[in-house]
Amino acid sequence: MWSYFARRVAIGIPTLWAIITVCFFMMRLTPGGPFDGEAPVPPEILANLRARFHLDDPLWRQYLDYLANLLRGDFGPSFKYRDFNVTTLIAQGFPVSLQNGFSALVIAIMIGVPLGIFAALGQNTRRDYTVSAFAMTGIVIPNFIMGHVLILIFGVWLKDSVFHLPAGGWADGALANRVLPVFCLSLPYIAYLVRITRGSMIEAMRANYIRTARAKGLPFRLVVLRHALKSALIPVVTFLGPATAFLLTGSMVVETIFQIPGIGRYFVQGALNRDYTLVMGVTILSAALVIAMNLIVDLLYSLLDPRVRYEGKQ
Amino acid sequence: MNGIKFTSAPAAPGEIAGEFTGRSLWQDAWRRLLANRAAVAGMIILAGIALASVIGPFLLPWSYDSIDWEHIEALPPQFSTGHYLGTDSLGRDLLARTLFGGRISLMVGLLATTVALLIGVTVGAVAGFVGGRTDQLLMRFVDLMYSVPLTFFVIILMVVFGRNFALMFLAIGAVEWLTMARIVRGQTLTLRNKEFIEAARASGGSTANIIARHILPNVLGVVMIYVTLTIPQVILLESFLSFLGLGIQEPMTSWGMLINDGAAELEINPRTLIIPATFMTTTLFCLNFLGDGLRDALDPKDR
Amino acid sequence: MSASVLDLKNLSVRFATPEGEVAAVSELSLSVGKGECLGIVGESGSGKSQTFLAAMGLLARNGRAVGEAIFGGINLAAADENTLNRLRGNKLAMIFQDPMTSLTPHMKVGHQLTEVLVRHRNLKFPAARDRAIAMLRRVQISEPERRFEMYPHELSGGLRQRVMIAMALMCGPELIIADEPTTALDVTVQAQILDLIRRAKEELGTAVILITHDLGVVAGMADRVGVMYAGRIVELGEVHQIFNAPQHPYTKGLLACTPRLDDATASALVTIPGQPPDLQQLPTGCAYHPRCGNVMERCRAAAPPLMSTGGGGLKACFLENFGSVQAGTVVP
Repeated sequence: MWSYFARRVAIGIPTLWAIITVCFFMMRLTPGGPFDGEAPVPPEILANLRARFHLDDPLWRQYLDYLANLLRGDFGPSFKYRDFNVTTLIAQGFPVSLQNGFSALVIAIMIGVPLGIFAALGQNTRRDYTVSAFAMTGIVIPNFIMGHVLILIFGVWLKDSVFHLPAGGWADGALANRVLPVFCLSLPYIAYLVRITRGSMIEAMRANYIRTARAKGLPFRLVVLRHALKSALIPVVTFLGPATAFLLTGSMVVETIFQIPGIGRYFVQGALNRDYTLVMGVTILSAALVIAMNLIVDLLYSLLDPRVRYEGKQ
Repeated sequence: MNGIKFTSAPAAPGEIAGEFTGRSLWQDAWRRLLANRAAVAGMIILAGIALASVIGPFLLPWSYDSIDWEHIEALPPQFSTGHYLGTDSLGRDLLARTLFGGRISLMVGLLATTVALLIGVTVGAVAGFVGGRTDQLLMRFVDLMYSVPLTFFVIILMVVFGRNFALMFLAIGAVEWLTMARIVRGQTLTLRNKEFIEAARASGGSTANIIARHILPNVLGVVMIYVTLTIPQVILLESFLSFLGLGIQEPMTSWGMLINDGAAELEINPRTLIIPATFMTTTLFCLNFLGDGLRDALDPKDR
Repeated sequence: MSASVLDLKNLSVRFATPEGEVAAVSELSLSVGKGECLGIVGESGSGKSQTFLAAMGLLARNGRAVGEAIFGGINLAAADENTLNRLRGNKLAMIFQDPMTSLTPHMKVGHQLTEVLVRHRNLKFPAARDRAIAMLRRVQISEPERRFEMYPHELSGGLRQRVMIAMALMCGPELIIADEPTTALDVTVQAQILDLIRRAKEELGTAVILITHDLGVVAGMADRVGVMYAGRIVELGEVHQIFNAPQHPYTKGLLACTPRLDDATASALVTIPGQPPDLQQLPTGCAYHPRCGNVMERCRAAAPPLMSTGGGGLKACFLENFGSVQAGTVVP
């Protein structure tokens, strides 16, 4: 079990390192420096800037410095917001993204999984079709359309009613400001969870051991909860791993539409401003989260399926 | 003449048999697809939108970028001026813009998917068929790419190399091929040990030849299903890039850009958001129905 | 037959398919006596499993049962889920064919056993555990305390089937339905499993319905045998009658198919010509007539009803004195 886990970690670390390396060289080898887009800068100031950001050091030197700083948790100075370093910016934005992402995740699981089970247990009945149609809608409508439509409805059309919600902004996390973005974030995940849970639940209910459980005279509720649910959850967990990583690192779309100061928005700003260190910082953070979540998923597998535990021992 | 016919004859029976079973299999799938009402409706609407996007702009009284100087404000739909769906706040015809935007969005969708298809199928088929070290190397690379937040990657590419139409679908295609490669590899692995591949190998076919003539036709079904799933993703990614201002440049336009423009004048003229959004959502729905239909038609045992 | 445990009366099982409704079992009637072992023999698709899955209320979603399956005064074919759940695993138990997939993979074997007692006997876990371990010992599983804590994948196929039997016996049922209990097992294990079932029958007085396609299994176990073809019973009788003097050409064909080491005259493997019928397009008349070597004109026109053989058994065949007629020869 633990050696299995250790092996997964041993694969994850070089992966992260490879991503960092590729990002770093892609950024540094691109035509056009970070200060090109601005109003012409006098050469001596430019030289100053370059010196301050160590851009005149040999490339390998910059690379090693960057890696060394990363190990200390220092993502380097921001090229654009010169009084800040990237770590500070991330420290500001990440909690916001984290809160929204976490709320959306909890909502998605609480609604999506039960709804998927509900649809599966009534397979090919009207309730199944209704739920599946809802899931398809949630999957198909992209959230940058959904976001705007929500703003149009709750921010514009219902402006003078009690249902009015602010169209954007964060207001230090006021509840009213969170409703629309969190809903918008969670909707596609609810939909995917419905679809995946429904499919795997139908699959699980067809298994021979479900027939055995029913032949024992267990009430339907126990058959579902005790015998079917665990194996039905394996695909759900598989999906939730990367999904959690993406949700927690902040949706660029939703944060941009609703003007939320999370790291997704920082990333977009950074990209538009060619703020390479900021962009890299956010990219590395997300990649690390994706890798970490996949690790957690592997661990959860072994809780859900003893066969994995068994293989791990060998 | 006779001699030539005669020498080519030995190959013919096998080919005919291959043709025959191939066709009947596809015919079977086609019949099942036509029995699926949602998929057929999806196909028809999709064809309608595609056709309108391609030829529509030629038939409309207004072009997508011409400004109606007599109405430099948002106009409601009216027939007298030829603005069938009204104008945006600059007096540009909404229908013409939406159809033109659809042309760009669909084109990016098709081109980028083609790029993804070419890379994905090649990598997948080679990895699956050649196996061994090549397979491990390629698949480790795919695994690595999976850990990179791909949208980030495209954005970085767009920022680094500048806004460029050709580059955009190359960049999108370059990140969307991963799943395709995995699927094709899996299929190829199972095919590799089938008797007819053994036979082809035993009769001295080269690797490239076997892949092209025996593997690819057999993975076509799965690939087609996946293509219908990739196109919407690509359209979304393009829209998102345009939404961020990293995609198509003015005066050209795409659905994503129109939605972004519409969002800006949401309060005064919601039509500018609703109309392109409706077109785009409809297209996405149709592609989804078509994809589901194809999956059921080509792989009837699945659900 | 007043002391019967299970009475099937005109039981039919139908499945809804995209091509229309298919009858897997047609108006089948039979009864199982207390403590009796009834063998049910037939090819796959003959409806032998579906008949008793219907009696257990375990048909697939698209299936439905019509008719009666009376158990303890209750018609199982029409009973609601609650009634069925009080009986299943308690008075009525079932053993399935594939022990590899019939146990829940993510639950310890012990838990799967105790939940039967918790459900039907209202026992607390420690008491249920003791009973379950005792039962594991009884089905001759060594180190039952250790196996109790194991997951199904850690056990061999034979051990899993023992666990299934233990599970069926937990509440001392009046009837056990064993659906091909040995088919998925090694030959050496098969005999041990059959022996366990026989001992359960003898020691606990449990009635057993043994569903199989293997006549050899039935010969050593059953008191009576029913032969099924295309959803109907074609012959029913005492085990020695069925084996020594089969009254239906299909029974005879099945017997001829069973290879016998002790029969020097059987030089080649015998098969019944043709295929089991497609249930969606049953032949007119007797469903067996296209494959029957003794087919007569009336067999094509009407299906023979079950009638007495004279020897205490039943057969569905128009031929008289079939026992004296050579199988395979055409009667003019």
